[in-house]
Amino acid sequence: MTATPEATEATPTIVLVGHGMVGQRFLEALADRGLTAAHRVVVLCEEPRPAYDRVALTSYFSGKTPEDLSMTDMAFIEKEGIELYVGDPAETIDREAKRVTARSGMVVDYDILVLATGSYPFVPPVPNKDAKGCFVYRTIEDLLAIEEYASTRTTGAVVGGGLLGLEAAGALKGLGLTSHIVEFAPRLMPVQVDDGGGAALLRTIQEMGLAVHTGVGTQEIVVDADGAVTGMKLSDGSELATELVVFSAGVRPRDQLARDCGLSVGERGGIAVDDQCRTVNDPHVFAIGECALASDGRVYGLVAPGYEQAETAAATIAADEAEQLSFTGADLSTKLKLLGVDVASFGDAHGATADCLDVVYSDSRSGLYKKLVIGRDGTLLGGILVGDAEAYGTLKAFTGSVPPVSPESLVLPAGAGESVQLGPSALPDDAIICSCNNVRKGTIRGAVTEHNCTTVPEVKKCTKAGTTCGSCVKVLGQLVTAELEASGVVVDKGLCGCFSQTREELYEIVLALRVNTYQDLLDRYGRDSAKGGDGCDICKPAVASIIASLAPTIGASVHVLDGEQAALQETNDHFLANLQKNGSYSVVPRIPGGEITPEGLIVIGEIARDFGLYTKITGGQRIDMFGARVEQLPLIWTRLVDAGFESGHAYGKSLRTVKSCVGQTWCRYGVQDSVRMAIDLELRYRGLRSPHKLKSAVSGCARECAEAQSKDFGIIATSGGWNLYVGGNGGATPRHADLLAQDLNDAELIKLIDRFLMFYIRTADRLERTSTWLERIPGGLEHVRDVVVEDSLGICEELESLMTSHVAHYRDEWADTINDPEKLARFVSFVNAPDTPDPVVGFVPERDQIKPDLPLLSIGLRPAEDVLEGSAQR
Amino acid sequence: MTLAPETTDLKIQLRLSDSLDDWFTVCDLSVLLPGRGVAALLPDGRQAAIFRDRAGTLYAIDNRDPFGGAAVLSRGLTGTHQGRPYVASPLLKQRFDLESGRCLDDETVAVTVYEVRTAA
Repeated sequence: MTATPEATEATPTIVLVGHGMVGQRFLEALADRGLTAAHRVVVLCEEPRPAYDRVALTSYFSGKTPEDLSMTDMAFIEKEGIELYVGDPAETIDREAKRVTARSGMVVDYDILVLATGSYPFVPPVPNKDAKGCFVYRTIEDLLAIEEYASTRTTGAVVGGGLLGLEAAGALKGLGLTSHIVEFAPRLMPVQVDDGGGAALLRTIQEMGLAVHTGVGTQEIVVDADGAVTGMKLSDGSELATELVVFSAGVRPRDQLARDCGLSVGERGGIAVDDQCRTVNDPHVFAIGECALASDGRVYGLVAPGYEQAETAAATIAADEAEQLSFTGADLSTKLKLLGVDVASFGDAHGATADCLDVVYSDSRSGLYKKLVIGRDGTLLGGILVGDAEAYGTLKAFTGSVPPVSPESLVLPAGAGESVQLGPSALPDDAIICSCNNVRKGTIRGAVTEHNCTTVPEVKKCTKAGTTCGSCVKVLGQLVTAELEASGVVVDKGLCGCFSQTREELYEIVLALRVNTYQDLLDRYGRDSAKGGDGCDICKPAVASIIASLAPTIGASVHVLDGEQAALQETNDHFLANLQKNGSYSVVPRIPGGEITPEGLIVIGEIARDFGLYTKITGGQRIDMFGARVEQLPLIWTRLVDAGFESGHAYGKSLRTVKSCVGQTWCRYGVQDSVRMAIDLELRYRGLRSPHKLKSAVSGCARECAEAQSKDFGIIATSGGWNLYVGGNGGATPRHADLLAQDLNDAELIKLIDRFLMFYIRTADRLERTSTWLERIPGGLEHVRDVVVEDSLGICEELESLMTSHVAHYRDEWADTINDPEKLARFVSFVNAPDTPDPVVGFVPERDQIKPDLPLLSIGLRPAEDVLEGSAQR
Repeated sequence: MTLAPETTDLKIQLRLSDSLDDWFTVCDLSVLLPGRGVAALLPDGRQAAIFRDRAGTLYAIDNRDPFGGAAVLSRGLTGTHQGRPYVASPLLKQRFDLESGRCLDDETVAVTVYEVRTAA
């Protein structure tokens, strides 16, 4: 099978030309089959950077960096010994000598050559198409150029109303331009949707403020004396004024290299290959991805078929008898979120099958359009969904079979009587759930039943399902749950041994029934074995947090040390300070937004000096003072409160800080007043108890100096307002935050954060950060967006009112504590010797400050017997 | 480990040695919040952590966390595990049985237990 190397001793060489998404997948497929070990693998890549996620290209404009988009793990490249040359494309191929020459002059002899050169944007041959201000939309470099050019312009137009064209138009709008879309076909996205779907899409896109011109062609680009774009002449005789033009009129296979070396190409381009992705002329040369003309006569411009071709080529090269892959064509189903609108098409979306019938639901008022194409025998053949593609995963998997319920019920909106939610459990085992990675339902079930996966992340890792576009993750979750239940695994979702309810369920009970003490909750709703008992160290702080979050609403005291609440708090909350390793505490006053006066700095400095505390600047733009004994805390805080400071809640599962950059006021690049916004937010959410700590930051421009995308909620200024990101995290499992909403004004921003935080507090598990919560909850980011932006559950009013109540009832808990003798009495090391410091807490000098005296702690472990026998002596 | 009647005049006492009458008075019973401990300094410099549960039962163990070395067990959260009362260290959350002193998360480790009573 393999092109065996000539009778030489040298390691056979595989040369890959092109390092895009498909090329990278091919390398992984080689490694999976052990081929990287047995071969020298050389990659020639034209772009200046290794493979990145071109599908997500537009997310560059919502804050993703080229590094975020990268799909290349350099550790993988190194480990597999792959020679990757970026910025050095192949220039010529000599098939006779089996030799590739790169632009740099480097010559590589190959045994196997794989072409994965992708495609290039088609630019219609109109006059002045190369004028200053004309761009294409294909690479990160294209985007950088558009961004720079747009920064001093006000209008832009996109030629082409397909998928990429709409993305490009959205990006131009995001850059602050008035944006036009010019589409030759009579509707938007002509390939994916029909006239009905196009109409629903058009309405929604226009409502976003984009101007759409359909049914007109571009005849000429109009330029000024300097050769810069000033407008376009359209085929209907009109002229459109624009300073920037992006051509997005489709792509063509990049097959010039192949043509030059005599390989066959299709009439409309594309390197002709057979079912194994081998070129029809040369058994030593393969072509995969968008440059290849598959054996069914089509060029596939989607990533999923490209991946399939990459696997096929690798399997063929491996000549694995057990794994005879072939590529004979692929499904063109797609599900996208374009400018916030769901658009999906699958199977025979346009009803090309003879005698097929349509079932259509259309509601142009709310921008909904759903069409199913049904065969004469009732088989689901395909469909189009615009505005709501929730059912995509299930419907696509049913394509080719007769669904167990009537087709009408599948397209009607929820609540419309006939509507049915068809669960994935009804699917046959061979239904494809993840089309990007070609994973069938049976494989996913097997991951649960045979590989003991119990969560979606485990199944993703085990099967690769859901790891590319992510559109099937929701269905994955349903399958995993169904499979676990079917296999009789009773998953006790209870919070702990005392409560069979989840934290979310306890929250609902506390809120709905106004249960305002832990004991009441335990005695009424605890497990039978726990009722009337003492609870445990898991549920006590969890319930204390719920009660504190809802305190004003349920009629509980708003001070976490009042009454019973004092006995439920973790030690940090109990002493309103952070316990350190030797039993001393650290103190952090709130410094909203990181803004502090010289007088404030001096007060903190004097206090730290007078009490001999170690001081350190925190990552959250404030000052931490370490080494305070319990009995010193009230004295320190009396002075801080006198100077106008309040608790920074560094000890609580609550809002910590809202960092900020210096913003528009001082910075040459700033576009909004980030410091003012950070202070407003910090003061609004201070003291808010939540399932875990909350961190935030506000950046005054897209340079993101405040690192807002690593925060639970982060805000980045735009020229039009604020972008809100949620679910970010630093720490051990870093996660970039997801964009929740764009270009918000102040009031809209605060309203959304109110809702988001309260929805998180309501539904998260204990000690679950927003990042893990967002990944765990069914539907993920989209569900959260539906709930907090679209109010799909109708709870936003309640969420807002809960937050309003929190804000109205906030009091500084340290100011209250130092004025309450009963609470103050607890701030002693010894109940029988209130003035005596704990002798274990001692300090020694280091770098002109103090550090814990560790030898005082290291009495060491004593064996249990010794302790028990000599219990009274030591 | 005596059941304490609900009066506020009572004192909490710990037995410091096996000798019958070596009881050391620590504080008023009313100071103890159910579910939350206090620390006491003993005459020989040792420290005790004293707890009161919801039913009024008192417990006393050595205050020092044998894992971390700091004297902080009195600041841990209490609870019940399989019917037995425990305190979880605020440092790294290891749990100690309040009646036996044994660590529930590492059977090779235990802390001293003191006999405790109330007296008028």
